[in-house]
Amino acid sequence: MENCFHCGDECRATTIVHHDKSFCCNGCKTVFDILNDNDLTYYYELEGTPGTTPFLLEGKFDFLGNEQIASKFLEFDEQGTQIVSLLIPSIHCSSCIWVLENLDKLDSAVRTSQVNFPKKIVRITFSSKKTTLQNLVILLSRLGYEPYMSLDDASEKKPTVDRSLIYKLGVAGFAFGNIMFLSFPEYFEVNEFWLERFKHLFRWLTFLFSIPVTIYSARDYFISAYKGLRSKILNIDVPIAIGISVLFVRSTIEIAMDWGAGFFDSMAGLVFFLLLGKFFQQKTYAFLSFERDYKSYFPIAVTRLIKNDISKIEEQTPVYHLEKGDRILIRNSELLPVDAILINGKALMDYSFVTGEAEPITKKSGDQLFAGGRQQAGSIEVEVLKPVKQSYLTQLWSNEIFDKNNQSLFESLTDRISKRFTLSILSIAMIATTIWLFIDSSKALNVFTAVLIVACPCAIALAAPFTLGNLLRMFGYHRLYMKDSVSIERLARVDTVVFDKTGTLTTSTKNTIAYEGVVLTKEEKSMLTSTLRASNHPLSRSLYATLDNNDIKTLDDFKEDVGQGITGTINNHKIKIGSYGYTDSNQKRRERQTRNKTAIHISTDDEYKGYYIFFNDYRNGVKEVFDKLGKNYKIIILSGDNDGEKDYLKTLLPENATLLFNQRPEDKLNYIKEQQEQGKNVLMIGDGLNDAGALAQSNVGISISENVNVFSPACDGILDASRFKDITRFLSLSKKGIKVIEHAFVFSLFYNMVGLLFAITGNLEPVVAAILMPLSSISIVVFTTMATFFLGRELKNETAPS
Amino acid sequence: MNIIYMLLVISVIVALVFFWAFILSVRKGQYDDTYTPSVRMLFEDEIVKDKDTKKKQKTNEQLK
Repeated sequence: MENCFHCGDECRATTIVHHDKSFCCNGCKTVFDILNDNDLTYYYELEGTPGTTPFLLEGKFDFLGNEQIASKFLEFDEQGTQIVSLLIPSIHCSSCIWVLENLDKLDSAVRTSQVNFPKKIVRITFSSKKTTLQNLVILLSRLGYEPYMSLDDASEKKPTVDRSLIYKLGVAGFAFGNIMFLSFPEYFEVNEFWLERFKHLFRWLTFLFSIPVTIYSARDYFISAYKGLRSKILNIDVPIAIGISVLFVRSTIEIAMDWGAGFFDSMAGLVFFLLLGKFFQQKTYAFLSFERDYKSYFPIAVTRLIKNDISKIEEQTPVYHLEKGDRILIRNSELLPVDAILINGKALMDYSFVTGEAEPITKKSGDQLFAGGRQQAGSIEVEVLKPVKQSYLTQLWSNEIFDKNNQSLFESLTDRISKRFTLSILSIAMIATTIWLFIDSSKALNVFTAVLIVACPCAIALAAPFTLGNLLRMFGYHRLYMKDSVSIERLARVDTVVFDKTGTLTTSTKNTIAYEGVVLTKEEKSMLTSTLRASNHPLSRSLYATLDNNDIKTLDDFKEDVGQGITGTINNHKIKIGSYGYTDSNQKRRERQTRNKTAIHISTDDEYKGYYIFFNDYRNGVKEVFDKLGKNYKIIILSGDNDGEKDYLKTLLPENATLLFNQRPEDKLNYIKEQQEQGKNVLMIGDGLNDAGALAQSNVGISISENVNVFSPACDGILDASRFKDITRFLSLSKKGIKVIEHAFVFSLFYNMVGLLFAITGNLEPVVAAILMPLSSISIVVFTTMATFFLGRELKNETAPS
Repeated sequence: MNIIYMLLVISVIVALVFFWAFILSVRKGQYDDTYTPSVRMLFEDEIVKDKDTKKKQKTNEQLK
């Protein structure tokens, strides 16, 4: 079997040989031709089979013809020059970068194009006199680089990038380096003539350098500590803020009074390391979005039909402008964005993403259609009942859980430790000071500040960011993309796992399992395969793929009734394949057996034969995952689908599992709320819009996606569907991560003890602090990195054999 | 040893210049995408070569 020169897929039934190269389809061949005609075949030399098969729906980008909509995507539009940034999920290799940056060779209107690979964005500057955004987007789509354009992108301007952490880190690093150089001569404290002369200047210079560190770089710690104290929480930033301010004040007094060199070097180093930890924790997946709602899933515009006295006019209208009573046209495989009444045509709506129902629903003229369904059979004309924001589906987002300010207070492990830590440090400082007041009262204040300085929990504050940051990267490498490091800590505390069924436990493709009924003769089988071959219906395709190749004959006649079935005729023998009513109108008794199940019924020469049942294809390793999870977690299935597969699911699940069917989106949300009120920590694993509420409500919401680049609802993590069976490993790894943090705490407490010994005895020299503080920080970083690396190797070893 | 005053001034100025350069590079977005330029860097020559061969072909055709 040959592989396609363009996309690398196997060339199946139709191999196209062109220029001595084989292609799997016409789309791939066309892309090759375009590139070949423009001398861009270097594309294929950079990487082997770099392409993506273009798949363009006719009229998909018609909405860009409306200038008002198109202008919402433009970053810049003046004097005939337009700039647009497009998200292209299919960017995946260096060839992609190369061809997209040479767009000017394909379209002379393009001036420059620049790819941001991690974000999968191409920024194109083009002349609006020579081309339009629509043409440009179509050109990209024809090359297999279809941009992702959603209502979300069009409705709001992107927030500017926040780079303040890098600036703070830069300031701290700059000051740290310079202060180190200036304080270095005094570390050895030789009473040398020249040093005596210059040391005051050096000291005041370090003071100057440390001002921006205290005021600017360390600002977040003061703010966070203040906020914590106001809500009566002793978070880890409280001792840090105390430490930094004591360091600064004491050092300033010391150099002003000429008592010593001060601790500015330790202070700058401390802030620098702390910020480094924060920076490290900030692993973001630029190409993923964790904040999406229905807006990203809905189309930007639809075709509105305006009736004149004379004729019908089609017009592209932004979905927000749709009003009650408008007539709109929904083409095959387009999404219906509003609640509506079907006027014309046959609707076969696929609601699987919205409600979790696995089966497309057939609707007749006059029936009500809900927003979010995808039309599967031909064009339909509908009348709008409710505008976008008031539809049945979008009302879910008015639930308070989607209010972003409503963030639940989560007490992290570090916060819990820091409460006791802060209290004990304060009491140690008090006790030591009181004792010194009796021994030598002049040193008492000195000891008090020294304790607060040396106890500044730099290492404790670093343990969690580095461990969780490492885990975050490791999870990402194994295709579980978590939103932030806090989510990993929450994941470790989960005790209840809730699964959605459709799309989460099952894949989106279907497989036949069984045939029931009268055994088909060889001739009938041949007729069946020949007829199925002619049909494009998804179910026909999947049934055809599972059948043996029974010598295919040419059909004498073929008829397809949309939404009903297909009829084929060979040598005056007729075969009907399709719904029950279509194949057989006399009998009624079998229907009950196949209700709630997907079935294709067959009759030959008007005699009913039997049916093929389709089952949802469960993901690899569902049983293993359940077996492993069942030991330590409570498993719950919340499905929006009917209970047709209840019995089968029960065989997969451990006995104590709960199964609930016919759950509406709000039901799922409320169920999880109930569980949480009973003190459970819930992990929700779902995929569709119908899980959006549950994902937001749960302690950790992970959405499963076959292709992480396409839409997934707002969540804490996105898991690549191929890694479904690793869920148990991710869970156990997050628990082990917490263990690592605990060990690191013990480790850093040891350092604090050593430092405290110096402090209490009144011997804390600047050089001791300058050595001890970075040493503890660095050793914590090394320890956590090594430990997580070791844990990560375990993950790799376990997944390698499969 | 009074030269140390001058040396200090110079060293601080040099440090500030680099610091300013760093801030400027961050502000211009140089750290927003640290991957693509490393790949792009390897392309430049190849495009030129492509053009050259095309030109050569054309000139060859003209000669014929």
